[in-house]
Amino acid sequence: MPPTEHELRLRERLGRLRNLPLLGGARISGELDRLQRQIARIGEEATDEEIWRKVELARHDDRPYTLDYVERLLDDWFELHGDRALGDDGAMIAGLGKLGDRTVVLVGQQKGRDIHERASRRFGMPNPEGYRKAWHAMELADRHGFPVISLVDTPGAYPGVVAEQHGQGAAIARSQAIMARLKVPTVACVIGEGGSGGAIAIALADRVLMQENAIYSVISPEGCAAILWRDAGQAKKAAAAFRPDAVHCLELGVVDEIVAEPVGGAHIDPDMAARLLGQALSESLAELEGIPGDDLRRRRRARFRSLGVFA
Amino acid sequence: MAKIDVSVETNDQPSPPPSHPNTCPSCHSHYRDDELEKSLWVCEQCGHHFPMRARARIESLTDSGSFTEEATELHSEDPLGFFDLRPYTERLAEAEMKTGLADAMVIGRASLEGRQCELAVMDFAFMGGSMGSVVGEKFSRACDSAAEAGMPLVSVTSSGGARMQEGILALMQLPKTVAAVEDLHDSGQALLCVMAHPTTGGVLASFATLGDVVLAEPNALMSFAGPRVVQEITREKLPEDFGRAEQNLRYGQIDAIVPRSELRPTLSRLLRLFNAPD
Repeated sequence: MPPTEHELRLRERLGRLRNLPLLGGARISGELDRLQRQIARIGEEATDEEIWRKVELARHDDRPYTLDYVERLLDDWFELHGDRALGDDGAMIAGLGKLGDRTVVLVGQQKGRDIHERASRRFGMPNPEGYRKAWHAMELADRHGFPVISLVDTPGAYPGVVAEQHGQGAAIARSQAIMARLKVPTVACVIGEGGSGGAIAIALADRVLMQENAIYSVISPEGCAAILWRDAGQAKKAAAAFRPDAVHCLELGVVDEIVAEPVGGAHIDPDMAARLLGQALSESLAELEGIPGDDLRRRRRARFRSLGVFA
Repeated sequence: MAKIDVSVETNDQPSPPPSHPNTCPSCHSHYRDDELEKSLWVCEQCGHHFPMRARARIESLTDSGSFTEEATELHSEDPLGFFDLRPYTERLAEAEMKTGLADAMVIGRASLEGRQCELAVMDFAFMGGSMGSVVGEKFSRACDSAAEAGMPLVSVTSSGGARMQEGILALMQLPKTVAAVEDLHDSGQALLCVMAHPTTGGVLASFATLGDVVLAEPNALMSFAGPRVVQEITREKLPEDFGRAEQNLRYGQIDAIVPRSELRPTLSRLLRLFNAPD
């Protein structure tokens, strides 16, 4: 966000004050301090606002969801509903389709548009059945040499009693373990909310992309604020503290590439958003094509094993 | 909707006055330090398992003097310059002072009733046993160490989940440890997981549930989402033993519940079954 006119004026004044040869005077130094505080506050606010804007865009009601991209990007789409164990989880989509001339397996969380669909899809928060559906489809891909595309868009895994009884934690772990074993090219893209364990369950991929206005985080801003400040109203402050935006994730090496969105966000022009996403996915798959499966797997594991900062 | 509504948190009943750490929360028996140490921090009246520190755990499981610690030099950094009520660096320093540990996990090589294994033991006293970059790296190195030496890895977990103060990098410790387990498995070695109270969130959703054998201590909480989050978001009534080891056993999520006094002989038998070297 460009600095406001007010901020520019302040900065200019601060610059002039700094250059004064007589900065020892109490009045002037007081002025300098005040200006510096003001500028620091403005700078901070602008960043907070910018980050919060991304959070809002990532959660926008009209933002394209997984099936909106499936419809625009894949031909001959055939949805695979079964987890082969317990149920059909609407919060997770899996299926086969053609991206250009390649057969791919696509998995991804799915939010709902209206109140009924939102409820039936649990706002894109999968149960263990959903993760089993995804890993069943990924194993199919591995058997037949189809690349896997995963679109991440979830506030998190569903925190329900039955989900826990059916092993939510273990399902997320197993899903990652299966992705770490695949010998086919895998590309993940965070297209909305990349919410914690529920997201990473399907994001252990060779290439991890992130849309410009998506967010990816260890905990929701509200959850973080609730724990650290005991007040969900501090969500903005929490978001500013852990910075879930794409640029930050790219800086940390968590994602490999940022996928551009139409000006104003993907919801302004879903067709263009889909074209940009499709292009990025195809390019990533082309890069990975021809690399032997064992190498893919070794590099994928090495990529994730290198993440972290310590002394 | 997915937002966590915490208004209830602030309107909550006042929490009960903090009881002494040596008082059993279940039957209120009180113990001296040396009594608890002798009973492996298990209440002799009701069997409640008190939290057990990492060093004490290692001592209770391994042959005397056999433990060689590894990766002691690793310390956490503050990649985000994270500041909530206090700076993350201050919290780290305080935890280090309080626990005498560099972070929430201790790894190393030991023998257990004569069988060699690699150990990765968590300590809940260090920032709630939260998993940040150092815990991820240590676990990952423990996997490599076990694979190279051709011996099983025994993990004992106790963790509130990923360490928020490290942001997205804390989340990346899930795939990191999972990838390390897969490398360990490819080397032909076993992972034996013991879950102590509590093993929740990111640790449960990564290496802790990927063991070839998964054990839990009695009444240990093992849930991905904590009971309060589940209640807040879903308004569901929670079963009495929600997320506890007993429920997890009933639903087929773990292989056995092992009381602390039985843990050493149980692990010893498993190490023999997985042909751990002498």
